[in-house]
Amino acid sequence: MAAIQVEGLERTFAGDIRAVRGVSLEVAEGEIYGFLGPNGAGKTTTVRMLTTLLLPTGGRATVAGHDVEREAPAVRRAIGVALQESALDPLMTGRELIRLQATLHGLPRAEGQRRADALLERVDLSDAADRRVGTYSGGMQRRLDLAAALVHGPKVLFLDEPTTGLDPVSRKAIWEEVTKLNSEGTTVFLTTQYLEEADRLANRVSIIDSGEIVVEGTPEQLKGDIGKPHLEVALADGTPDQAERVCEAFGKPLPSKDGKVLIELERGAAQVAEVVRALDDAGLLVESLELVEPSLDDVFVAKTGYHLEAEEAEGKQDAGG
Amino acid sequence: MGEEGTKRLGPVAANLRVVAALGLRSVKQTFRRPQLMAPIIVFPTLLLAIQTGGAGSAVDLPGFPAVDSFLQFMIAGAMAQSVMLAGNSGGIALAVDIEMGFTDRLFAAPISRFTIVLGRLAGTAALGTFAAVWFLVIAFIFGAPIETGVAGALWAIVLVTLTATAVGGIGAAIALRSGSASVVQGLFPLVLVLLFLSSAFFPQELMVEPAKTIAKYNPLSLIVDGLRDPIISEFSASEAAAALLSVAGIGLLGLVLSAAALRRRLRTGG
Repeated sequence: MAAIQVEGLERTFAGDIRAVRGVSLEVAEGEIYGFLGPNGAGKTTTVRMLTTLLLPTGGRATVAGHDVEREAPAVRRAIGVALQESALDPLMTGRELIRLQATLHGLPRAEGQRRADALLERVDLSDAADRRVGTYSGGMQRRLDLAAALVHGPKVLFLDEPTTGLDPVSRKAIWEEVTKLNSEGTTVFLTTQYLEEADRLANRVSIIDSGEIVVEGTPEQLKGDIGKPHLEVALADGTPDQAERVCEAFGKPLPSKDGKVLIELERGAAQVAEVVRALDDAGLLVESLELVEPSLDDVFVAKTGYHLEAEEAEGKQDAGG
Repeated sequence: MGEEGTKRLGPVAANLRVVAALGLRSVKQTFRRPQLMAPIIVFPTLLLAIQTGGAGSAVDLPGFPAVDSFLQFMIAGAMAQSVMLAGNSGGIALAVDIEMGFTDRLFAAPISRFTIVLGRLAGTAALGTFAAVWFLVIAFIFGAPIETGVAGALWAIVLVTLTATAVGGIGAAIALRSGSASVVQGLFPLVLVLLFLSSAFFPQELMVEPAKTIAKYNPLSLIVDGLRDPIISEFSASEAAAALLSVAGIGLLGLVLSAAALRRRLRTGG
């Protein structure tokens, strides 16, 4: 049985705003599924429908075998949710929040307290457990949010942009925890706008743009479909034309970038030594040489026509989620 | 991580515990956020001090009810002001929860979603009890007797608690419908108008038209009168029944509006 099964899911808001347009996907049990897209692509709206926070206007979805519309309470018992904006009350302490979460999931008091203590220790917040959440750093708040989502031992965990706005150290801590949870058997549905995050964590990735999934597969498959690795060659004496002629023998030339010669290698890394020897034989002095594998950004550009990282930098607002 | 063998409470016990937990959170939230506490205790206490200090001789006006002191007359009004503002503050706090996404945490839990409203009302009820006790203590300290004794004091506590719950339902409905703390906060002046157009601060008999007629039909007047009678004179079954009916009406309206606003919010997502 798939942990998540979605068929033609749609959500249209007032004013005929179609935030999600016929999304279909399947997530296997024990998988980390990356849902990648820019702000406003429909990621959060999709997650809100899968977590029963928003009714779909079309299509159907099951989570942990339960229909999100007809069996919403059963879905809510099976899932843990950490939403994009950590939904934390700054006036509560970390311990109060996790105990409240345990109560919300119907755990007896003693069991709730035991789990709260264990989870606070797990996310390294035991020392700060009795401080108000408003005094926590962004990373601490995300770790607390994650711990709260785990208090009832969910089968499926939804993480909506869990590391957005975090520093690299905090981001790495979240990644490690997600990996550990997955190794313990939890299925993870992760939305992100960070390519590296999807690449590092997800077994499979889908890219959503303007409410539609444009491509789906393992990161390796997607990158493999885009093209072969390319070699970037910078010359010490600045003679790119001659270098290009030499390199053409090894693969398809690509438009040069920052004065570097770019060549797509037919056989990947196996050809690097041959290229170096050919350049040396031609009397060209190589300053630097880098073999670049296709990235998910290349996949994103190929499928949507623009760079995800550039979208992030522009700081677009997440209109439709 | 999935813990199949997790022991869980039955649905009724689980929902009751959630109501209690959310009520407790609501009370703590109010005490930890001064801007929520001030309207419930500080403002009514200050107004009580100013009015009893500045308008104390009003008791000598012809037609003014026979009272021990102006403070004795005003205690019921201060309680009414406190519960009206407690309902409004509860609405503001719920709207803040919606704005910061905290209600999503609650909506994503396997509980009856109306429990979230009931939890907020449980907190408002507790604050109503606290307000009633606070003003009874003020009455005691400053020598304003409760004419019907302990029974009258207990009646005041019960009626104020019920009123706070009922008014809290209206506040919750507005919060759920608007999802905006500033909208709920914007109702503050309206709450004061309702108070001044009732018998909370002045006897109806001494008001001029049209305020007198408005106050006569203002359900808040019925509640205040039911609250005031046992403080300044004796129990009146008809006044008490009218007060309870008013509270029930306001409470029912609040629950119906809250349920409708909650359904709409869950359907439309905002």
